[in-house]
Amino acid sequence: MIAVKIEKALHGVHGSMRLTVDKEIKKGDFVAIMGESGAGKTTLLRVLAGLEDAQEEIVVEGRSWSALPPQKREIGFVFQDYALFENMSVEENLLFVNKERELCNRLLDITQLSTLREHNVTMLSGGQKQRVALCRALMKRPRVLLMDEPFSALDTSMKERLYGEIKQLHQAFGMTTIMVSHDVNTTFSLASRVWILHEGRIISDGTPQEVLLQKSPTYNTKVLRIHKSDTHTVATVYFSGTLLEVEVDADIKVGEMIEVSVKGVMV
Amino acid sequence: MTELFSISFSPFILSFKLAGFTTLILFIAVLPFAWWLSQTKSRFKPILEALTALPIVLPPSVLGFYLLVLLSPDSALGSFFEDMFDLKLVFSFAGLVVASCLYSFPFMVQPLQNGFEGLNKHMLEASYLAGKSTAKTLFSVALPNIKPSLMTALIITFAHTVGEFGVVLMVGGSIPGETKVASVAVYEMVETMEYGVAHLYAAVMLLMSFTVLLGVYLFHYRNKKSLGIIS
Repeated sequence: MIAVKIEKALHGVHGSMRLTVDKEIKKGDFVAIMGESGAGKTTLLRVLAGLEDAQEEIVVEGRSWSALPPQKREIGFVFQDYALFENMSVEENLLFVNKERELCNRLLDITQLSTLREHNVTMLSGGQKQRVALCRALMKRPRVLLMDEPFSALDTSMKERLYGEIKQLHQAFGMTTIMVSHDVNTTFSLASRVWILHEGRIISDGTPQEVLLQKSPTYNTKVLRIHKSDTHTVATVYFSGTLLEVEVDADIKVGEMIEVSVKGVMV
Repeated sequence: MTELFSISFSPFILSFKLAGFTTLILFIAVLPFAWWLSQTKSRFKPILEALTALPIVLPPSVLGFYLLVLLSPDSALGSFFEDMFDLKLVFSFAGLVVASCLYSFPFMVQPLQNGFEGLNKHMLEASYLAGKSTAKTLFSVALPNIKPSLMTALIITFAHTVGEFGVVLMVGGSIPGETKVASVAVYEMVETMEYGVAHLYAAVMLLMSFTVLLGVYLFHYRNKKSLGIIS
């Protein structure tokens, strides 16, 4: 269990505000923090890592981290820009953290980087750098993995490939992971819990389904067209600025008014 | 041509010895200071930066005068060194090293500080999060990633010390084999109207200075090329 109580004055997009977090996280949870830019998401991660000062009470599995410097916190951190050590090869980046060659080999195998182990990190693609950053963060066998928008520089197909690797590593290392993300797809693919941060406060907390998928209000709208198949009747309607196809009862006619609502991502 | 073989190379050897000592001492002494300056959020930082840059704008004679006063056997510092270590700091090679370290101080500090400040802050933080100390981060991550700045600091400090004149003349005088460095030797040759030797001394200095600077700029050019900054 991780208990987090943080208070910090911030200067966000809406002027001065306070970052206020008081939450508990179960061991093994995968928390995604979402919210607009300047809401305090990255600052929250940095305070957890000990990189920024704040009034904090952080207790991780019974041990207080509040007075500990970053070196003493059992944290793995994946930065948005990866922040790899550019004077080192892939393997040296990992072994700099910890000399356990066996763990290094295992991580490089899982992330399919074994053939690139001797390469300097400046020669790698964005996806490869991201995987090295992830492996490096895991070399410390952290209790908590923090990731700050780890996929923001990657294309969709690369993201999809990495989701599987991250899930596998998250489970294999039994970590608690906290990730800042703007991407709903990433959050749905990886997270077990979502926090929506707004002006320094968590305004929503639950599973991705609970937090992100919301039912819209119900609107009355006119049926524009009916298409019948053997098993379904589909009506085309105008809804909130767009045309939708919805399945309706077989006796609905064109021109009739029907009630429609949708469930989707409302962030 | 025969003049070339008849001139004394002792002033050049002395200049290089002085530049070597100064560069080595400054690098060891200045590295922690430049690192601290690059990382600190102290409100005293601008004051320290201004003090650091002073030798660039002060006339060498002013700096030489203050050093002469500060290091003379009548001063507290001068008498301390003379009493404790039997070390004379004016008109001696040791005094030249002290004066050169002060005169070349900004040429070592500024490139190192700029290099450290230009580093990706997250890279240093990643090292701390990996459990590494500040010293380990400095030597294993920061320094290897500022190679161009490091090269500039070392070479320019060396070259600048070789090219010193005003300060070394005031603090060291012109004792052959002890304080008569190449720049002072050229001055003396001109004073005594030995223009032939002065020409030779000056040409050797010019060639050496150009070679050093060319080395720095070639290094930067190749470094930029390898990083793809220029094609």
